[in-house]
Amino acid sequence: MPALDAAAIHGRLRARFGDAVGDLAGSRRDNASTTVAPAAIVDVARFCKTEPDLAFDCLSNLAGVDYPKRNVIQVVYILYSYPHRHCFTLQVDAARDNPVVPSVAQVWAHAEWQEREAFDLLGVVFEGHPDLRRLLMPEDWPGHPLRKDFVEPEEYHGISTSRESLLKA
Amino acid sequence: MSLINSAPEMALTTTIDDFLNWTRKSSVWYMLFGLACCAIEMMQTGGPRADLDRFGMAPRATPRVSDLIIVSGTLTLKMALRTRVLYEQMPEPRYVVSMGSCSNCGGLFQLAYSVCDGVDKVIPVDVYVPGCPPRPEALTEGLVKLQEKIQQERWLVRKEPAVA
Repeated sequence: MPALDAAAIHGRLRARFGDAVGDLAGSRRDNASTTVAPAAIVDVARFCKTEPDLAFDCLSNLAGVDYPKRNVIQVVYILYSYPHRHCFTLQVDAARDNPVVPSVAQVWAHAEWQEREAFDLLGVVFEGHPDLRRLLMPEDWPGHPLRKDFVEPEEYHGISTSRESLLKA
Repeated sequence: MSLINSAPEMALTTTIDDFLNWTRKSSVWYMLFGLACCAIEMMQTGGPRADLDRFGMAPRATPRVSDLIIVSGTLTLKMALRTRVLYEQMPEPRYVVSMGSCSNCGGLFQLAYSVCDGVDKVIPVDVYVPGCPPRPEALTEGLVKLQEKIQQERWLVRKEPAVA
């Protein structure tokens, strides 16, 4: 089964899901991406995984990006197909003040920890996630540190988080 | 050589403090506490080339039988609280060696939100070993410095005369 190029993958998604899938951005094999409506992401993900021509069996990365000017937190799904050796990127925009995105942990089991990381660092709430807890930061950490407006607390459990420079001016 | 003739030649006179300190410094058991890349150098130091065993040092897997904790690597704030708990589980007298820039002051990651800027914010440190990471020779020298410190401690003799 040959690898599909970016336009062909996007065409398959557009034909199946219509307006829920946005325009194609990027044309190379390794930077092609498209936006997906939040409500449709689980169906799109399952289609990408199960359709024999696409066969995206690996969610190689799930990450989040904070765009304060657009008031958007974007969740990025980087897909890879081991049978066909092609890749594609899906992007889902969520409102910054209440970022809720359906979980794809039912589709790819390894999305579970990646979604926990995105929840931990950016505060994206993944609906339907089986165990949405912080992954890296302590349970009682205030806020989500990869947001652009995150302010580091002065101290954590009595431990000061800053240190004076040893260099004398 | 008979025992009677050899006994005067083998006798040493010393103070109890010196003798106790000599025994203590010759069997410093250190807790394995590798946090990051410095831990690789710490393993090398325990290995056959640098060979900490010649100082009577042996790695221990639990704080409850350890005399020394070598904090080797980047200390996150999440780990800092657990480090304090581990330190409190160690029996006194207990010693801390801070190994590498990260545990000295936060090092490369000092401005990161998740990193504790130095293990001395949590527990008292006896010897700081600079380097990123320190070579086994550097850690060995730090541990020899710690032995010198142990040798100079005074347990029985008061430094200041007791005030009535």
